[in-house]
Amino acid sequence: MQLTTPPASESPSPASETPSSVPPKSAWAPRLRVPAHLRGPARIGLIGGLAVALIAVCLLAAGRGQVPISPAEVAGSLLHRLGVDLGPMPSAVQGENALWLVRFPRVTLAVIVGASLGTAGALMQGVFGNPLAEPGVIGVSSGAAVGAAAAIVSGVTVFGIWTTAAAAFLGGILTTFMVYAMSRANGRTEVVTLVLTGVAVNATAGALLGLLMFLTDDDGVRAIAFWQLGSLAQATWGAVSVAAPCALVGLAVAAVIARRLDLLALGEAPARHLGVDTERLRLIAITATALLTASAVAFTGIISFVGLVVPHLIRMVAGPGHRVLMPASALGGAVVVVLGDLIARTAIDYQELPLGVLTAVVGGPAFFWLLRRTRAKSGGWG
Amino acid sequence: MKATGIEVTLGGRKVVDGVDLHADPGEVVALVGPNGAGKSTLLAALSGDLPTGGRIEIGGRDLRSYKRIDLARQRAVLPQKSALSFPFTVGEVIRMGRAPWAGRPEAAEDDEAVTEAMLRTEVTAFATRPFQALSGGEQARVALARVLAQRTPVLLLDEPTAALDLRHQELVLQVARERSRAGASVIVVLHDLGLAAAYADRVYVLAAGRVRAQGPPAHIFTEDLLTDVYHHEVEVLPHPRTGTPLVIPRRR
Repeated sequence: MQLTTPPASESPSPASETPSSVPPKSAWAPRLRVPAHLRGPARIGLIGGLAVALIAVCLLAAGRGQVPISPAEVAGSLLHRLGVDLGPMPSAVQGENALWLVRFPRVTLAVIVGASLGTAGALMQGVFGNPLAEPGVIGVSSGAAVGAAAAIVSGVTVFGIWTTAAAAFLGGILTTFMVYAMSRANGRTEVVTLVLTGVAVNATAGALLGLLMFLTDDDGVRAIAFWQLGSLAQATWGAVSVAAPCALVGLAVAAVIARRLDLLALGEAPARHLGVDTERLRLIAITATALLTASAVAFTGIISFVGLVVPHLIRMVAGPGHRVLMPASALGGAVVVVLGDLIARTAIDYQELPLGVLTAVVGGPAFFWLLRRTRAKSGGWG
Repeated sequence: MKATGIEVTLGGRKVVDGVDLHADPGEVVALVGPNGAGKSTLLAALSGDLPTGGRIEIGGRDLRSYKRIDLARQRAVLPQKSALSFPFTVGEVIRMGRAPWAGRPEAAEDDEAVTEAMLRTEVTAFATRPFQALSGGEQARVALARVLAQRTPVLLLDEPTAALDLRHQELVLQVARERSRAGASVIVVLHDLGLAAAYADRVYVLAAGRVRAQGPPAHIFTEDLLTDVYHHEVEVLPHPRTGTPLVIPRRR
């Protein structure tokens, strides 16, 4: 079985020249295209489906609460404000105010936070080449919370309404680089190193938060306690106006670098051989992660595990390609946080569960399961 | 591809010391030598991975003057080991080899290049399977397919046959030769001297970071040289039918 030299044009050789074990081209060519062509529309369908689900969940969430408003009325109120005379207006007393002063900012912030967390998780996992990386797990959220708490306690307001977000960004980016520097060896990040680094960072951040609580007054203590539990109760249009630009920049960067992140999965050197400036890519990705985490943490505190569980579920459905993973994780994260917040504030009458507690109750066991699976796959603590 | 006076210092030790090397279009050049001779380090230097003394030219231009993306259109590198962090399918992994051509007219060849690379390395049947579910030898062929799909005029292959069975070792080196005959320069690190003798147009015998000899394997593979370089007595016999040198360690 001799392979002959192909013509200079390098066209796929005719069947007569191929080894006998390979069927002729006409027979296998359609089969070859299965992954690209059959799964392509399914992936777009996934993104479309998630977008529809997000809109539905938002309409539902905005209508639920002490003043019940039907989804149709929610949509009607929105359309009227946009200048479209369509759909019913809220019939309940104070319905319009409940929507525009309380619920819409809250649902909007939930969308921003969820999209940020989902994307930050996917980005971080891509950069570390490790499916267990997540802002909450490896301590970046706590680092950002320390930054935000320090800003609250010290009373610094150099950037006005942006101060808390800026401090959270600073805390987040410092922590991310620290974790990155500490947990990498020979261009790889071992699972055990990453998780233990997260333990250390979370412990340090917890101690710093405790110290800040000790140094501050009752109001400060309450504010910091709120960080640690995570809640959307403080949502205002002001918060939205700060978090949204951070999130949008982070999401845009994630979309731009998605294809290069795919190549990073091959490892540092092969990605470089394919023309990727890996150092610059990591720098960009880490900055974007910190920006996203800051936008998620600045007004809501630590909402953990969304960035871990959502990208993982998306990968199971659509594969690991980042060009689908990024938008799908953003949409999926938003759906989860809007839904989680809805449950948090309506599950118990006249009381509100902290959202961070709720996501941790679900996400903690999921993380445990992921750890077990990773361990089983690499045959030990690879 | 042409390199003169290559020096690489790792951990205070000169691992590659004054190597001159060239590989012309149409040529398969093998780097052979004992463990620690500096073969892989030399290949990494040629890839542009290491701070290197001396001068390396690809297509008549200094390696350092290339932008990373332009370099990726000139040369493809097959690493000794291939890892993957996420469960991409075989087809997706091979398609990654086309990344340097995104947004260029050559991107129109993407499907054809991927298809051809799969066919040549006999991995077509695995196209939809996750890379990580394959055996070591199958993964090695997929990694080679990714490198072939890149369609560059220079190919640098670090031990492409290490994990492969006999049939696939032959297949891989046939593909390497085929690529060279189509106009590529192929530099390949090999441990198996028999394979080097059969498929390389020229070999460089490296020892302790220096070139001990270079030229067509039939001239270079002598009992004296190989015995000296490998610190083990070696017999070289001509193949009774083809005359290609057969290299055999002397055994009792």
